[in-house]
Amino acid sequence: MTDVAIDPGLESGPGSAGPEPRATPPPGDGGQGPPPVPNFNIVPVRGLPIVAVLLIGLVVAIASNNLWSLEFFHVAGGGLWTSLDLFLGLILGPIMGSLAIPARVEFTTKFMPKMLLIMPTLVAMTLGAGFQLARHLGNLEAAYPHHAWVVASYVIVGVMAVIALGLLEPANLAVLFELKKPHPNGARIQRLMKVFIYTAGITGLLQILTLFIMTFLASH
Amino acid sequence: MPAGAGFGEPDAEDLRQADFPPVMPMGVATLALIVAGGVVVAAQYGRPPKLTIPVVLLGLAAVLLIVNAILVIRITEFARPVFHRVLGWALLAYFVIAGILEFVFVFDHTPARELALFTGMLLLFALDVPLMLSYSVARWQPPDAT
Repeated sequence: MTDVAIDPGLESGPGSAGPEPRATPPPGDGGQGPPPVPNFNIVPVRGLPIVAVLLIGLVVAIASNNLWSLEFFHVAGGGLWTSLDLFLGLILGPIMGSLAIPARVEFTTKFMPKMLLIMPTLVAMTLGAGFQLARHLGNLEAAYPHHAWVVASYVIVGVMAVIALGLLEPANLAVLFELKKPHPNGARIQRLMKVFIYTAGITGLLQILTLFIMTFLASH
Repeated sequence: MPAGAGFGEPDAEDLRQADFPPVMPMGVATLALIVAGGVVVAAQYGRPPKLTIPVVLLGLAAVLLIVNAILVIRITEFARPVFHRVLGWALLAYFVIAGILEFVFVFDHTPARELALFTGMLLLFALDVPLMLSYSVARWQPPDAT
């Protein structure tokens, strides 16, 4: 689920990716004008090789059916995915809400592009390796004694996928493109960020249900 | 004051939202149908599957996706260059992802009928998500944005 929407036209030049604010008008009357938006890349190109390495590793793990590497991709990916979702929804979200608007904008321009690469990669690692691992261990079989638990995990993962792909990712991308405008609309960014943070929190809570199921299956 | 210059004030893009068709709800519904079909097939793993329900879900998802694409094509005031640019890259990314999943199914010797069904689902998935992503960006851009 890697969302790559590289836009060469929006890439910064070699010397311009620093924190210098873009040429935006100063805050208007009463400080209500748009805050300066730092230059940023919608897709952090330097992260793409890492994503490629991880996805190739995933394919190799699946193709070799190596138990350790499948366990690694599934457990490491799932653990990071759950932690990030919960951290975002329950810790970072409220902190961001209390930040001054310029600080929030600066944080968003540095944070959201990274999330565009990190989250889909973690999801692909967890689900791809998890499906193959379950098949390897015989957990997918309808005759498996705890089959109902496995089906419940499918349903939860399905709900999470719909939320993540239908709400979270579109909001993430829309925020980044809004921030690239000469005059970003702050209220719109705030609305979209709320969608992003809340949906991350919801998927984090659903992840806890998945953890209950997975630890049950692993111990029975 | 230029559109969007006032921080937090409704701008021209906000005002145009009411004219847009329900692309996002339809896209989410399409995705939900695809996922539901996948769950029904996967739940029957290891025994002869009953494919009627997943085939119906896949058919409904295909119809919804086609209608959704037509609705997007028919929008008149729309940032089409931005839409096409994001769509192109998102299609590339999601076809890579769908390709990895297809590889898993082929590698696991998935029976032909289930494989055909999964392939159809992956195809719709790889078209539906980029449609939602590109629309969700373009809907907030001025129509003349490049």
